[in-house]
Amino acid sequence: MNLAWKDIRYNWGRFALTCVGVGMLLMIVIGMGGIYRGIEADATLLIDTVEADMWVVQHQTRGPFAEVSQVPSNVLYRTRAVPGVAGSREFVFHTIQRSYQDRPIRIALMGLSWPEDYGAWIQLTAGRHLQQAHLEMIADESLQLPLGAKIRLGKDTYHVVGVTRNQLSSNGDGIAFVTTRDALAIRFDVSGEAVRLEREARTARGGDAELTDLQPNLLENASLPTSQIPTIAPPQLSAVMVTLQPQADVEEVKKIIQGWSDVSVYSSQDQRDLLLKGSVEKIRKQIGLFRALLTLIAGIIMALILYTLTLDKIHSIALLKLIGAPNGVILRMILQQAVLLGVIGFMIAVALGRRIYPMFPRRVVITQHDLLQLAVILAVISVLSSFLGIWKAMRVQPNEALS
Amino acid sequence: MSEIRERGLAIQTVSLTKIYGSGNTEVVAMRDVSMEIQQGEVVALLGPSGSGKSTFLTAVGLINRPTSGQVHIGGELVLDGQTAKTDLRAFRRRHIGFVFQKSNLIPFLSAVENVQIAMELNGQPKGAARRRAMELLDYLGVADRAKNRPSMLSGGQQQRVAVARALANQPSVILADEPTAALDGFRGRQVMELFAKVAHQQSAGVVVVTHDHRSLDVFDRTYEMEDGRIRSSTAGAVQDNSLSPR
Repeated sequence: MNLAWKDIRYNWGRFALTCVGVGMLLMIVIGMGGIYRGIEADATLLIDTVEADMWVVQHQTRGPFAEVSQVPSNVLYRTRAVPGVAGSREFVFHTIQRSYQDRPIRIALMGLSWPEDYGAWIQLTAGRHLQQAHLEMIADESLQLPLGAKIRLGKDTYHVVGVTRNQLSSNGDGIAFVTTRDALAIRFDVSGEAVRLEREARTARGGDAELTDLQPNLLENASLPTSQIPTIAPPQLSAVMVTLQPQADVEEVKKIIQGWSDVSVYSSQDQRDLLLKGSVEKIRKQIGLFRALLTLIAGIIMALILYTLTLDKIHSIALLKLIGAPNGVILRMILQQAVLLGVIGFMIAVALGRRIYPMFPRRVVITQHDLLQLAVILAVISVLSSFLGIWKAMRVQPNEALS
Repeated sequence: MSEIRERGLAIQTVSLTKIYGSGNTEVVAMRDVSMEIQQGEVVALLGPSGSGKSTFLTAVGLINRPTSGQVHIGGELVLDGQTAKTDLRAFRRRHIGFVFQKSNLIPFLSAVENVQIAMELNGQPKGAARRRAMELLDYLGVADRAKNRPSMLSGGQQQRVAVARALANQPSVILADEPTAALDGFRGRQVMELFAKVAHQQSAGVVVVTHDHRSLDVFDRTYEMEDGRIRSSTAGAVQDNSLSPR
């Protein structure tokens, strides 16, 4: 006769509520792990999907995912000349905050190296990829910019022609893909008044220089856009993405580019590692500690629940001892209830989590590995937490049944 | 009676003494109680509250160890003072059946399961235990309530289920502490007669602590306790109407 099950059936309402409570607690434990996985997945998704073999970034920096990186435009052409390189693309990436239909919207803007890159690697859920060099956009669905939406950024209005899913920055902001030129235009957009003032200032500075007396044409350049002024304009690309030929020797290509004193080069794996060990590392540790704390709390709460369940059965346990039940029978009853509580709680946690987590503003990624790991931890917690109840049950004297 | 004597001793206590506390707080609950109960004998234990009846019963039931003295059951020394001479819990399971004033059933088990569990704990297969439990409930007239939990049974029905549990393993000793307190006169007498019947049929020694003087004629012997001692004993069936509350 299974005494644990009989007792649960007798008090099924209380047991069910306890399971729901434990389940919700475990759901939070699972959620904390899922939030971390989500941050990790969001952070590395772009690196994983953009199909670049190497990243050429500003000299002695860790690249655009770790810090500000700027490389000259000519790196794009220099890399293409390296033996083993199949192609290279510009990488422009920055975050802006604007408003759309009277709501604030944070957009991680990524430039596509048009016309080589029109976003073919982006998985679309609706619409199409870019078909023109300007004013078209592919938006992640978290931005809530539906297909056909028009949003004004800078001096231009952009038309959402494609919608994608789960394309997020490491901060969790949805990514919008435009051409590199458009991304730069949005980034360096300044008001007309500011442009006029800057031109006047350049002209004034040029007028002060003796060089313009000898070469008056230089003054005409002062009125060009910043990005077109030779030698004066700062580098505007965040990085250059390099794609290698299938048979290329990665280390050889890397060695050549590393020889250039104005850039550093990383493989995709290097970039991924730098990202995970950099900005994501602290939040990973924080969530990890919080998760460990929550697991401990869950264990303590389960122990108290099982202790209380045992206290409620003290008279029955004493009676069982009185009629000669061995300790193993009583121990098994408490242990089976503990394990059942853990198993049902875990199932509730997973079922509830799958319904609730999609409503969270950031992705919560539940992996099979994490679930399995938690199941093992929970099995240990269930057994450990039942010790308090078992300890109490073992101390019960049979004559307590008579009181 | 001579037939009973030939069967041997079911219970023998030798100078059982139980002292609670020490020094100024010392209370002697039972003093030097020696008793012999034959197999198949039904014994009533009378006495006022605090006279040591329940202490004696729990000592013989191997629930409370005496301060000194010996308990023999079925000729085997099982308790020598505080020292257990065997696994007391296993011994209780195999050889002793209990019935208490309060029915003391396990609330989360049905009537039949309350009886069945005693047999399963004793190693009986589930099916056989179930069948015998049903037979016992039928014998005691509560088979129709077999699937009800204790909370759904009347006091009398609960007590009959408790009796069925006490009988389940065909124990050599049955100990009952005011088993008829919750029953009306008719049911009370039925239970007492049942104890006598079982004792005689199974050759079990039965000790019943009771205040109910109406059924004393059922018992083979009556002991009266006072201040922790045996004050008197009466052999043979007793009809003590003078002590009856009516």
